[in-house]
Amino acid sequence: MDLFSLELLPPLLSGLKVTLLITMYSTLVALALSFVAGFARLSRFRVISGTAAVYVELFRGTSLLVQLFWMYFALPILLDIRIPAMTAAVIAIGLNYGAYGSEVVRSTIAAVPKGQVEASIALNFTPFQRMKNIILPQAWAMMLPSFGNLQIELLKGTSLVYLITLTDLTYQGMMLRTYDISQTTAIFTWILILYYAAATLLTYVIRLAERKAAVGRG
Amino acid sequence: MWDWNYTWEILPQLLKVVPITIAATLSAFIFACALGAPLAMAKQSKNKWLSLPVSAIADFIRKTPLIIQLFVLVFVLPTSIGLTLSPFVAGMIGLGIHYSTYLSEVYRSGIEAVPKGQWEASTALNFTKTNTWLRIILPQSIPPTIPVMGNYLITMFKETPTLSAITLVELLMTAKTLGSSSFKYVEALTLVGLIFLVLSYPSALLVRALERRMQAREGSAAIK
Repeated sequence: MDLFSLELLPPLLSGLKVTLLITMYSTLVALALSFVAGFARLSRFRVISGTAAVYVELFRGTSLLVQLFWMYFALPILLDIRIPAMTAAVIAIGLNYGAYGSEVVRSTIAAVPKGQVEASIALNFTPFQRMKNIILPQAWAMMLPSFGNLQIELLKGTSLVYLITLTDLTYQGMMLRTYDISQTTAIFTWILILYYAAATLLTYVIRLAERKAAVGRG
Repeated sequence: MWDWNYTWEILPQLLKVVPITIAATLSAFIFACALGAPLAMAKQSKNKWLSLPVSAIADFIRKTPLIIQLFVLVFVLPTSIGLTLSPFVAGMIGLGIHYSTYLSEVYRSGIEAVPKGQWEASTALNFTKTNTWLRIILPQSIPPTIPVMGNYLITMFKETPTLSAITLVELLMTAKTLGSSSFKYVEALTLVGLIFLVLSYPSALLVRALERRMQAREGSAAIK
């Protein structure tokens, strides 16, 4: 086994690029859904909070791979349209982690001390100002550690898109393996190292954001 | 669009593999629980030569995808050390090792939650190290972690479809085979989703109820 046979790297790095792209798009979808569903669950209107609760329980209660397969194999038949694998992957991963993220948003907003809300009402803040200037900045600082964990889970979750034919890092590794099976150990060692590096980098970025959110707080 | 006759036809075939899915979950969970305990202790060890490498390995396992770890078990082990595992055993070990790193954190939090005075009291009462762990620390640190462990059990159950990648014939694999032979993916995949929901949602509610009850008990204990 030649672990540092560098000819393995170019295909793996092109796979890593796809992995990182899917991670980025799905993170954006998940983040948006986290806030939409998280706020919706706090709504006074039963219809809104109920719908959000159904969404969250549905996507947390089934598994990511089942959702991926459903989006890729079942939904196109149901709607009679073609859904590109990339779109199916981003939607499924975004919806799944959005459901988990919305719980983070909901619980951290609920965890902001009540006195903060009361004080901002007493100071005549509009509900929008109250959310934007008082509650969200405090909740955001509490959200980041959980979002960081979810971000790593999301990155790892993208490895499943290989099963719906996307050419991500995992796929490239499996392809390389079919060319030269004697390289199996080297290929998987590289894949593990690349995923670990990506995860560590993401952890670092979120740490920076955490530090920034903590500035001026206690 | 939705074929009810076909639905009823394939439902028994899907239900037939539910026990395999549950067996894989439970065996992996037991494996993870068993491995998580020594892992937690090693990570907490005062010996840096033990705690640092073990922490690094656990971090590496947590930050890399389960599916790759499963591939390592079924593709790398046979060529490197000549060990061939069946899909079920490989799945159990892979899922078990992956989640043991999560469970070790749960154990750690449980152990750290035991007040320091308990350790001091057992030293003062001349308890041996084994007795301190078995009679004082563990009985107090395990109960609060039960809801969290329950959540991980449910999470692991939902991870079992990943085992289809190493050809374990579980729910998703069966649905895909059914779907590809009839090209009716909608019914098969929707049923799999529903089966997961029907099994995991009530379990999640149970865990939440347990959590609330324990919090309430903790609250009343604090008042006393």
